[in-house]
Amino acid sequence: MSERRSELMSFIKTTTQNIRRSPYQAIAAIVIMTLTFLVISFFTFLLVGSSKIVAYFESKPQVTAFFRNEAKQEDINSLESKLKDSGKVSSVKFVSKKEALAIYKEQNKNDPLLLDLVTADILPSSLEISTYKIGDLSQVSDTLKGSSIISEVIFQKDVVSTLTSWTSALRKIGIAAILILSLVSIFIILTITGIKISQKRGDIHIMRLIGATNWYIRWPFIFEGMFYGVVGAFTGWVVSTVALVAATPYLSDFLSGIPILPASPIFLLELLGGELLLALVLGAFSSYLAVLRFLK
Amino acid sequence: MIKFQKVSKKFGTGSAALFDITLQIDKNEFVFLVGPTGSGKTTIFRLITREILPTEGDVIVSDWSVKKLPQIKIPALRKKIGVVFQDLKLLNDRTVFENVLLPLEIDNKDLLVARKKVDEVLGQVGLSSHRDKFPVQLSGGELQRVAIARALVLSPEIILADEPTGNLDPATAFEIVNKLLEINKKGTTVIMATHNFDIVKNVQKRVIALDKGQLVRDERKKK
Repeated sequence: MSERRSELMSFIKTTTQNIRRSPYQAIAAIVIMTLTFLVISFFTFLLVGSSKIVAYFESKPQVTAFFRNEAKQEDINSLESKLKDSGKVSSVKFVSKKEALAIYKEQNKNDPLLLDLVTADILPSSLEISTYKIGDLSQVSDTLKGSSIISEVIFQKDVVSTLTSWTSALRKIGIAAILILSLVSIFIILTITGIKISQKRGDIHIMRLIGATNWYIRWPFIFEGMFYGVVGAFTGWVVSTVALVAATPYLSDFLSGIPILPASPIFLLELLGGELLLALVLGAFSSYLAVLRFLK
Repeated sequence: MIKFQKVSKKFGTGSAALFDITLQIDKNEFVFLVGPTGSGKTTIFRLITREILPTEGDVIVSDWSVKKLPQIKIPALRKKIGVVFQDLKLLNDRTVFENVLLPLEIDNKDLLVARKKVDEVLGQVGLSSHRDKFPVQLSGGELQRVAIARALVLSPEIILADEPTGNLDPATAFEIVNKLLEINKKGTTVIMATHNFDIVKNVQKRVIALDKGQLVRDERKKK
């Protein structure tokens, strides 16, 4: 245990020395890692935000079907059961003529003239339907339109399909940007570690001659890669989180009614945890590649 | 302790460094390895530390055949041998203390125990007051003593000293040799390669002479 501790201390000491003695290379590695994790954070915010917006719209009644006046209750019940049995529908709510009038009254309570003219008889009863997936909306709408007891079907196809295509495009752009930046980070850390190994070739030879194992020589370089990753990830996360917090009042106004902001601290901490883990893997992987390449 | 069994060494360039060397060095011996530049002294050291492999024959160090020694065991072999290299091979960006500490770090020794040991060894070679200096701040003799301290710190079974008195004035050279003799008295096998015949004459120890890669004299055989 004590041997392991002193070994670890020795690796950390060597790593710290290596970083201190070539600060510009360290700064370059940290900057590229920061940039990578800044982009990862921003795209995560965008993806999580847009997914929540889509989920918000999905949770709202998305298809409203109005019945003809002559529609019988048993036909309405049968249609309701048919929709529920399809497995695609998350909720179906029947709104009777009386309920429709109550809603109408509530919406127009400040306009007595409009209230006087309308009675329950002229308002149609309706079904408000939500689906699990936005893609199923059209099919549900078609089913309703095919029914003889339905007079009209309304659904927010445009809003939701636009949002879905935006989310999908964002996801693709985000994944591509993260992959490209991760690759650039790997190559930059690989190159920097390679340069450091070349600079220390003489020292490495001496260490080998006095009995150093391969791993004794490799670990400080791998720790260094992990250090760049962790510092870059933390800095990227801090910058993006500060930016998000600063922008929250403006975004909340813009997204009025959609409850996604302020971002939950748990979500932000989970993001930090995930990014630190990814940073450790990225840093260790790229420096390990360098070690394999330059320390045969 | 060390056996050379019909050892020859040819380098990739085609140049031959050693021819059919057979010799044995026992535990606790002090041996001078003499011969002109290029006679094969350093090659003998490099074979013992398994830095290179013999082209023919085998070298046995502490019952380990360097030829058959798996790659993974090379560090363990090297920890049994303290080497004072001809060019010293000190790490210039580390202090005297850190240079001497290095073999203990490599051997995963407890840091507190290791620091105590380094202080003790630096005391033995008279460098306690220079512990925080960097190699560039030391004289030739002091650098040799740092190299000896580093070779000593792991209490190795064998010390190989390759021209440890080269470029030193006679007084400092004798000081270094006396230090190696002291180490030998404590039970460590010492092999010292040297050009300095004054030292060899004054210190009555076994002498192995090489010339153009061949063993030309082994005084113990004469006895």
